[in-house]
Amino acid sequence: MLEVKALTSFYGDFQALFGIDLAVGENEVVSLIGSNGAGKTTSMRTITGLLHCDANMVLWKGQPIGHLRPDQIAKQGIAMVPEGRQLFPSLSVEENLRIGAQVNRPGFWNLVRVYELFPVLGERRNQASTTLSGGQQQMVAIGRALMANPEIILFDEISLGLAPIIINQIYEALPNIIDNGLSALIVEQDIARALKIAHRCYCLSEGKITLSGGTDVITQDDVSQAYFGV
Amino acid sequence: MVWVNSILQGVLLGGLYALFAAGLSLIFGIMRLVNIAHGDLIVLAAFLGLVVTSSLDIHPLASLVVVVPAMALLGYLLQYLLLNRTMSDDILPPLLVTFGLSVILQNVMLETFSADPQKMNTGALDTASITVGALHIGVLPLLMFAVAIAVIAGLQWLFYHTAIGRAFRATSDNADIAQLMGLNKKHVFSLAMALSLAVVAIAGIFLGTKTSFDPSSGPARLIFGFEAVIIGGLGNLWGTLFGGIILGVAQGIGAQIHPGLQQLAGHLVFLILLAIRPNGLFPRVAH
Amino acid sequence: MLVTRNSRSSNAFIVFVGVTLLVLCTAPLWAGRADLRFLSEVFLYLGLAYLWNLLAGYAGLVSVGQQAYVGFGGYLLFALAINVGVTPLALLPVVGVAGVLIAIPVAALMFRLHGAYFAIGTWVVAEVFRLTAAQITSLGGGSGTSLPVSVVKSIASSRSGRESLSYWAALAILVFVIALVFWFLRSRSGLALTAIRDNELAAESLGISVWRTKFVVYILTAGLTSILGALIFLQKLRISPDAAFSVNDWTAFVIFIVVIGGIGTLEGPIIGTLLYFLLRETLADLGTAYLVILGATAIVIMLFAPKGIWGFIKERFGIELFPMTRRVVKKQSVQTQNTQTLKGENRD
Repeated sequence: MLEVKALTSFYGDFQALFGIDLAVGENEVVSLIGSNGAGKTTSMRTITGLLHCDANMVLWKGQPIGHLRPDQIAKQGIAMVPEGRQLFPSLSVEENLRIGAQVNRPGFWNLVRVYELFPVLGERRNQASTTLSGGQQQMVAIGRALMANPEIILFDEISLGLAPIIINQIYEALPNIIDNGLSALIVEQDIARALKIAHRCYCLSEGKITLSGGTDVITQDDVSQAYFGV
Repeated sequence: MVWVNSILQGVLLGGLYALFAAGLSLIFGIMRLVNIAHGDLIVLAAFLGLVVTSSLDIHPLASLVVVVPAMALLGYLLQYLLLNRTMSDDILPPLLVTFGLSVILQNVMLETFSADPQKMNTGALDTASITVGALHIGVLPLLMFAVAIAVIAGLQWLFYHTAIGRAFRATSDNADIAQLMGLNKKHVFSLAMALSLAVVAIAGIFLGTKTSFDPSSGPARLIFGFEAVIIGGLGNLWGTLFGGIILGVAQGIGAQIHPGLQQLAGHLVFLILLAIRPNGLFPRVAH
Repeated sequence: MLVTRNSRSSNAFIVFVGVTLLVLCTAPLWAGRADLRFLSEVFLYLGLAYLWNLLAGYAGLVSVGQQAYVGFGGYLLFALAINVGVTPLALLPVVGVAGVLIAIPVAALMFRLHGAYFAIGTWVVAEVFRLTAAQITSLGGGSGTSLPVSVVKSIASSRSGRESLSYWAALAILVFVIALVFWFLRSRSGLALTAIRDNELAAESLGISVWRTKFVVYILTAGLTSILGALIFLQKLRISPDAAFSVNDWTAFVIFIVVIGGIGTLEGPIIGTLLYFLLRETLADLGTAYLVILGATAIVIMLFAPKGIWGFIKERFGIELFPMTRRVVKKQSVQTQNTQTLKGENRD
């Protein structure tokens, strides 16, 4: 459904990605593993249109979308839960969720369903989003992405900076979310979790894919080896 | 009684300054843009009002029906075609481009309308006044003040109770992530400038009915608006009203002491407040 | 390995500058009166452009209120010359020091504002200066005053002697300004400035006091701008608040010069000034249209070549006239061989 083909990316003179190929199928969960600076966030930002690339480097349902603006890509059904949550501080919890629905895509998810998924958000709907704990903020970020009724969600560093108990809660909620007919591309530093949640995984090192395959065949050792780029 | 009167006139004049300031504050709040041509656009709106008033033979205040949408459209196009190209972390390009725009506007107006001072005649409104005790309050300044309050209340409502206001705030917080919510940054910025120039249109018409204006009047209006914004506290719309009032009262008292001191008194109060309250009197509380 | 700032183009430029300076010094011998006046004006504008470029292009202090110091310098010179009776040229250092002193409280206040708000804040200060000058009745109030004949005569008895002297003064102050800016940018503080411009946060973490460096640049610029202002009105022999504190004459045109020539480059102001006077001499008859063209040119340059004409040339051809960038010159010396061996060892 989502295909990335020979994706290259530059920050000024610095090349961050050297011809990345990856694909996410329908109802498929794919994880992207790599150390800091490997190019994970760059990949995510390019897919969502925040960084520029050639039209044919990113395909959505077979159509080139690499040249589109971020808002146009969002309207196609690609949502992101960005690294570090990045909620809107001047918006309340509910406003943060409502703005996710700005793309006008009808579907399963609405305010009521998000509050059912994360009841604590319903209790705090009128609070400023900055008053929430890190885990609750992550719930808002996930809820905000769901409100767009996307067909795929990109999770960037889903557990970074969260307490282990919160990470467990988020990972428990994840299957419920994905079972509603979603695909997901998850960036995760925790190799064990990344292999457990996903159907397939890619390892990214220094801007190149160094390993890819089904999580049923790839072992943690394979990943470690690819991770450290030996 | 003379003093009470000049203070009162100052307060009412503060409404006009708040109108100058609101448009400036708005675009700074949403996109960190300071429009050096803001004052010249106010004067442009006044000239536009003059043209509409005389060619359609209508009351100056009725010309708002034409001037407000016209200025809003100009604002949208200005942002979309020109200023959006200058938006980055570097403050220099927007500053210098709007500075160039200011020089262009002044000289195009000079060429079109000549350097003669103009004023719009509001007929009976010009002289109508309410007498309270020994005070005579002009109906026009009173109307101007009421409109300023209404405009600020309207902007406040728009910001906090509508989808477009939510989009403005989200874009202001984090333009990148706002785009992921399906908001086209360029369109949102252009709408913000359209809104700013709609307020500029109202400010321009009231400027033109209250005092005489000429193509070089712009920079002073920019400075008054800017002073009101800083006195009130950046990003606080109601603060700009208080900032405008303080500026108006300072000018009124200055003028009462000596006619040459009107503007100087306003500037000095601004500088003193900047020294003792650098974040303004009513800084927006960070969430 | 040899590190140098000089390049072939910059060496040739230094020779060129030397010859040009010599020719310009002798101008009173061969140039007509109108030419001398014109050249002086060019020098003074070039000086203003260099100072604004240092302020905005290097220190990131985008001021639109430099007319405050032009007018201050002019007014102070007139006040002192009329009341104290010292010959005006001897007063220039006093004007410079006074400019620095008055800029200290201004900077302390204005530095509370950032970015574009700093810009408008400096404009307010210039307005305060203008309105204050208009209140000084002994200097003619709002309509201004002329320099008394006795004062004018005290510069030099003959008209041509006077004009030569103010020409040389303008040239000398220009050379001083350029040399100072050049020296400053190559000094430790100058390198700190470049670091600030490139990344304020990083500069701060390196222990460079951003505030202090900017402060020094601001007051230094103010002092020199005051001296330039004093010379400008010494040539005009007449001063008024509107002329002395004109935002168009002393800031807008200067900004256009720097932007068109290339902001943040040392060569830009020269190109910009030459182009500005070329445009002015050819298009001035157009009146307002000329100013519209000037404004539009600055906008187009800012949008499509934000580093100006010189930035464009530099990027395209790699030429640098003022030796600023350090470059490594490959030279077969013992040291180079040593480094190469070291690298070789590392590779093994």
